[in-house]
Amino acid sequence: MKVIYIEKAQWASGLEKAGDSFRLWGPVRRGQFYAFEELAGGQVPALDFRNTRLSAKGLVYPQSEKMFEYTLDPGQPDHDLLKEAQKDYSPRAVLGIRPCDADAFELVARNFDTPEYQDPYWLRAREAVTLVGLACAAPCSTCFCTSAGSGPFSTKGLDILLVDSGGNFLAQVATPKGEAFAQAAGWRQPADDAAAAEIDRQRQVAEARIDSHVATERLRQQDTLTLHAAPFWDDVAFACINCGTCTYLCPTCWCFDIQDETHGRQGVRLRNWDSCMFPLFTLHGSGHNPRGQKVQRVRQRFMHKLKYYVDKYENGIQCVGCGRCVRHCPVNIDIRKVCELMNSYTLAGDSCAVVS
Amino acid sequence: MQNPYLPYAVRIEDIITETEDKNLKTFKLAFENPADEEKFAYAAGQFAELSVTGKGEIPIGIASSPTEKGFVMFTVNKVGLVSSHLHTMQPGDLMGIRGPLGNSYPWELLEGKNVVIIGGGFAFTTLRASIVYMLDPANRSRFGDIHVIYGARSPGMLLYRDELAGWEARDDIHMHITVDATDDPHWKYNVGFVPTITEKKAPQADAETYAIICGPPIMIKFTQPVLDNLGYGHDHIIMSLENRMKCGIGMCGRCNIGRHFVCKDGPVFTLAQLNGMPKEY
Ligand SMILES: Cc1cc2nc3c(=O)[nH]c(=O)nc-3n(C[C@H](O)[C@H](O)[C@H](O)COP(=O)(O)OP(=O)(O)OC[C@H]3O[C@@H](n4cnc5c(N)ncnc54)[C@H](O)[C@@H]3O)c2cc1C
Ligand code: SF4
Ligand code: SF4
Ligand code: FES
Repeated sequence: MKVIYIEKAQWASGLEKAGDSFRLWGPVRRGQFYAFEELAGGQVPALDFRNTRLSAKGLVYPQSEKMFEYTLDPGQPDHDLLKEAQKDYSPRAVLGIRPCDADAFELVARNFDTPEYQDPYWLRAREAVTLVGLACAAPCSTCFCTSAGSGPFSTKGLDILLVDSGGNFLAQVATPKGEAFAQAAGWRQPADDAAAAEIDRQRQVAEARIDSHVATERLRQQDTLTLHAAPFWDDVAFACINCGTCTYLCPTCWCFDIQDETHGRQGVRLRNWDSCMFPLFTLHGSGHNPRGQKVQRVRQRFMHKLKYYVDKYENGIQCVGCGRCVRHCPVNIDIRKVCELMNSYTLAGDSCAVVS
Repeated sequence: MQNPYLPYAVRIEDIITETEDKNLKTFKLAFENPADEEKFAYAAGQFAELSVTGKGEIPIGIASSPTEKGFVMFTVNKVGLVSSHLHTMQPGDLMGIRGPLGNSYPWELLEGKNVVIIGGGFAFTTLRASIVYMLDPANRSRFGDIHVIYGARSPGMLLYRDELAGWEARDDIHMHITVDATDDPHWKYNVGFVPTITEKKAPQADAETYAIICGPPIMIKFTQPVLDNLGYGHDHIIMSLENRMKCGIGMCGRCNIGRHFVCKDGPVFTLAQLNGMPKEY
C-alpha cells in the first residue's frame, strides 16, 4: 500500500486546501467527550481523543433524515404526492475516524446494499464521504477490535489511515478516493520502506496493548433455538433498563423507523434511528407484541449481533469491538461476557448424555 | 438508483364496506400512471405498503389476483392511525402503494397439487387472491382439487359475500363456509369453529395435498392439531405471518424472526420452516 509523509506543519494548511473541494468533519471536544462536527475554515480536528462518544455512523446515516417532502394543500397541483427531499451529496471527508468505526460502514453496507434493494440515502451518502482514519496507538481497556474482525491499524473501510509518528503522520493511502483527497490537500511526499516498517512496528505494539478479547469461533455451529432458549437470558437482562443507549451509540446498529411529520399543510416523511430495546419497535396495532418483554428484547440485540448476523452473512459478528456499549451502559451490561456465554454454551447435561 | 421507498401514486376508485360492524373496507385502487401497473407485477400472497401522505404507511396483503387487470384491491381492518384514516377517505382521493413486497404462496410447488385453503376472520384477503387466481380459466387446470374452509363470527362478518356465494355454486371448488353462531333461519352453510369444520371437511393428507392457513392465532392454534391428525406434514402446511413493519424491504430491522425478515423472506413460510425459528410472531 502506498505510504506518504505528511509533516505536521503541513497538516492544517493541507486541510485548508482540501476544504476548497471537500466539506470537512472531525472530532471536536464537547465537555468531557468528543463528537464529530463539521469543521469551520481553518479549524483543525482534535486528534488527542480516544474515541468519540457517539460513533461516526450519523455522518452517513443521520439520526433523523428527511426522505420525502409533501404538501397537503389541495390548492397545489402536486398535493399528497411525495417528492424526493433535496440533499447535499457533495464530497466530504471525515478526519480522525477510528479504524473500528470505519470498518463498521463495511459491515452496515451488507444491510443497506443488497442484491434486491439498495437504500439510496445510505449509499449516496456513503459514496460522498472520504474516510481519513487515525490509527489507535493507545486503545481503551474496553476495546476488543482485534477479536471482532477489526484492529487498531485496520484499513477496512478507510481511504487513508494516518499513523502518528512524532513530527509527522505516515499516511497509508488505501483507495483512489484517498488518493484524490491527498492530492486536494497537496500531500504528496512519498515515504520510504522505513515508513512501512515503522507502521508495522507501531501496529504490533498497539495490537499487543489490546488485552480484551472475545471468542466467537463456536457461534456459527450453535443451534439457534438452543441459544434462544438458554437460561442465561434472564440474568443478562435483569438489570437492563431498556434505555437504548447501547444501540444508539453503536456504529453497527442500523434499525430505523419511518414517520410522517406535518406542520400546517407542509410535511416530511422522515426516518429516525430506532432500537430493538423499545417495546414499540415490534408492537402490532392489535396490541400483540412478539417481543413485549424486556428479556426478549435484550436477547434480540445479542442474538442479532452474535448469531443471526453471523449465520446470515458468514462474515463474523455484527460488532467491531469499539467498546462503546460496554463503557456507556448505565447498568454495566457487557457484550463481551454475553458473547462468552453464547459461544461456550452447551445444553446442561450434555456431558452425561454422550452415547458412543 | 431506484428509490424503493417511493410509492406509486394511485387513486381510490371504489370503497366497499365488507362487514356489518363496518370495521372492514375494501379499497379498489387504480394507478395514476398506467406504466406503474406493469411494474407492480405481483403473485397471490404478496403484500404492499399503503401510503397515506401525512399519516404513514401500513403493510396490507394484496386481495386482488394478478389475473384481475386495471386495479389492485386491499381490504383493511380499522385498527390505528393509518388504517383509521384510510377508512375516512373517499373515492377519487389520492394515495400511494409501494411494492409488491415479500414472497408469495409457492405457486410453482402447488402446480398440479390439491390445495386446501383454511381462513378465519379478516385474514382472508390473500386467500381470496389465491382462489380467484386458481379459478381463472387459464389456471384452473393447473391445480387439482380445491377446498376452502372459511369462517367468521357471524354471516355479516364474512368478507366478499357475493363472491363466496358464486363459488358455492361452482362444481370445480369445494366450499365450506362457516360461522361461529347465527340466529339467521336462512343460513344454509355450516355452523361451528374453523378447526371443527376442518376436522369434518378437509381431505385426508397425502403428498399431493397442501394446506394454506391464515387466521387469528387462536384459530391456528386449534387447527394445527386437526391437520396433524389428518396426516399433514409440516412441510405441507403453509402459513402467512404478520409482524410490525416499516420498510418492507428487509432494512429497518423490526420484523425479524431470527435471521429471517417477515417482510422480505416471508410473509409466507411453511410450518416446517417456522418450527426451526424462534416464536417471535
Ligand atoms: C404482511 C402483512 C399483511 C397484512 N395484511 C393485512 C390485511 O390484508 N388487512 C388488514 O387489515 N391488515 C393487514 N395487516 C395488518 C396491518 O398492517 C396493521 O393492522 C396496520 O399496520 C395497523 O396500522 P395502523 O396505523 O392503523 O395502526 P397503529 O397501531 O397506529 O400502527 C402504527 C404503525 O405500526 C405498524 N403496525 C402496527 N400494527 C402492525 C401489524 N399488525 N403488522 C404490521 N405493521 C403494523 C405500521 O407501520 C403502522 O403504520 C397485515 C400486516 C402484514 C405484516
Ligand atoms: S445501554 Fe445497557 S441498560 Fe441501556 S438498553 Fe443497552 S443494555 Fe440495556
Ligand atoms: S456492539 Fe458495542 S462494542 Fe460492538 S460495535 Fe456496537 S457499540 Fe461497539
Ligand atoms: S419491515 Fe423493515 S425489516 Fe421488515
